[in-house]
Amino acid sequence: MKALYQQLILDHYRNPRNRGELEEDGSTVEIHVRNPTCGDEIRLQLRVEEDRIQDIKFLGDGCSISQAAVSMMTTILKGKELDEAFGVTRRFTGMMHGDEEAARDPALGNLRSLAGVSRFPVRVKCALLGFEALQEAMKKSRSREEG
Amino acid sequence: MASPATHPPTDSPALAGSQSLGPRPGGSGPELDVEAIRADFPILHQEVNGRPLVYLDNAATSQKPAVVVEAIEGFYRRDNANVHRGLHELSRRSTERYEGARGVVASWLGVEDPGEVIWTRGATEAINLVARSWGDSHLREGDEILLTDLEHHSNLVPWQMLAARTGARLRYLELDDEGELILDDLPRILEGGRVRIAAISQVSNALGTLNPVAEIARQVKAHGGLVLVDGAQGAAHAPVRIPDLGIDFYAFSGHKMCGPTGVGVLWARRELLEAMEPFQGGGDMIDEVHRDHSTWAQLPYKFEAGTPNISGAIGLAEAIRYLNAVGAERILAHEQRLVRRTMKALEAMPGIRLFGPGDPAHRAGVVSFTMEGTHPHDIATILDSEGVAIRAGHHCAQLVMKRYGVAATARASFYLYNTEAEVDRLVESLGTVREIFG
Repeated sequence: MKALYQQLILDHYRNPRNRGELEEDGSTVEIHVRNPTCGDEIRLQLRVEEDRIQDIKFLGDGCSISQAAVSMMTTILKGKELDEAFGVTRRFTGMMHGDEEAARDPALGNLRSLAGVSRFPVRVKCALLGFEALQEAMKKSRSREEG
Repeated sequence: MASPATHPPTDSPALAGSQSLGPRPGGSGPELDVEAIRADFPILHQEVNGRPLVYLDNAATSQKPAVVVEAIEGFYRRDNANVHRGLHELSRRSTERYEGARGVVASWLGVEDPGEVIWTRGATEAINLVARSWGDSHLREGDEILLTDLEHHSNLVPWQMLAARTGARLRYLELDDEGELILDDLPRILEGGRVRIAAISQVSNALGTLNPVAEIARQVKAHGGLVLVDGAQGAAHAPVRIPDLGIDFYAFSGHKMCGPTGVGVLWARRELLEAMEPFQGGGDMIDEVHRDHSTWAQLPYKFEAGTPNISGAIGLAEAIRYLNAVGAERILAHEQRLVRRTMKALEAMPGIRLFGPGDPAHRAGVVSFTMEGTHPHDIATILDSEGVAIRAGHHCAQLVMKRYGVAATARASFYLYNTEAEVDRLVESLGTVREIFG
């Protein structure tokens, strides 16, 4: 159990990074996701300028896995280009589905502490909730740019 | 293997010698022989994550005694055929067992007319049946439907849909801080004379509260309304006798009371059923079929379109025989002993918040709680790693969660086969949660 609940995870759960709200302007997008079966929810905001995540904040309520994962995600993605962020999303999703090579990717940074979640299939959806919001937000941002 | 048809539940070691006891109205009788009961439930005897399984998720679904599993298997091995159709021996046997099961339900509910017992997929379908077949033709704009904040979504959403179709208005009985319905509000709600139906749970799945349904029914009926009781938890955990409740509709599911999934019952008074349109059309529910119209079969078949869950009905009847022999009052008293032990231990743990009635005598076997600084899902995962199965979440009762300002709770729910030692395992594993989360 302690392999699942590593100190890093508990630390992000208790002291979430980038928790809060961005001041809305033309460059912010916001997505609200919810897991209807368990009630976990995340409201994610991105400020995207020139295809780069300039700022990122979230508000959320849920279990340690969902909240620590989104907190770690924000620390890694701040300042990244959207293509890099999509890459991190793919790698993290792969790690959650047991891809050991993905789990060794240094681009995942602290998120690698969540590798143990892949052995708890019912909790994988918790870890992926923030990334679900991220993907929606990035798509929304891109479609806005193109529109 | 013994033939189930000749293998009555009285062969069970748990029930040996208990035949003369039966249910004892108003009393709890002697304590259950839990070890003997456990011997009747094969699934309990396994390890999960290296520890003996402690199954405390009974409000979600109960486990099944061997007699129920064997009754279903025996039906498929020897008697399977469609009911009410064939002129052959197997169809005769199948029909006899299926209708016999209906009779078992009727007498268990304390009603004389098996035609009032409608098989459904479960309590949810039974409630939807009433909301559609009674509600659509009896409610109009301005009428009121009385619900409570304690209801499971299955006893909320069908009524919300009915209100949207008819323009009826939803009213709610609210909860006090201990999870009990505030009955003092009832006269004020009823005095307008617009409540046409009240739909109330007998036992709360989220908090375990035993609701005073007979008293609520008395008041609602005095103002001309009908009363539906959602017995999904009640049928499993509290004694049920329809004549004592004074209600019009009763819905329950088999799987929460030692029966199989996919079968349940709607009981309703005959004159109400006679005046209701069918819920679904199809085979078995018709009298005559013409090109442009059909006429309906007699009760209960009018409400049973299509080939029914025959083995499910047979399994549920076997479950009822089993529970009856143990005695509903004794089961409830046993659950309340476990609740008392759990609450006492949890009250002594720092950071634990308990939900629901403070007096275990006002509850069936449910203890809902939260732990400061630890989400219920994390509690459930850590408990599972030590073989203890509980539920964490909103329990399909989001109005209850909103009332107490939480998104989710952890819930331990007990049944006749749970032991005090298992309560201690729960408490021990909560210590592990505390160790990890600090």
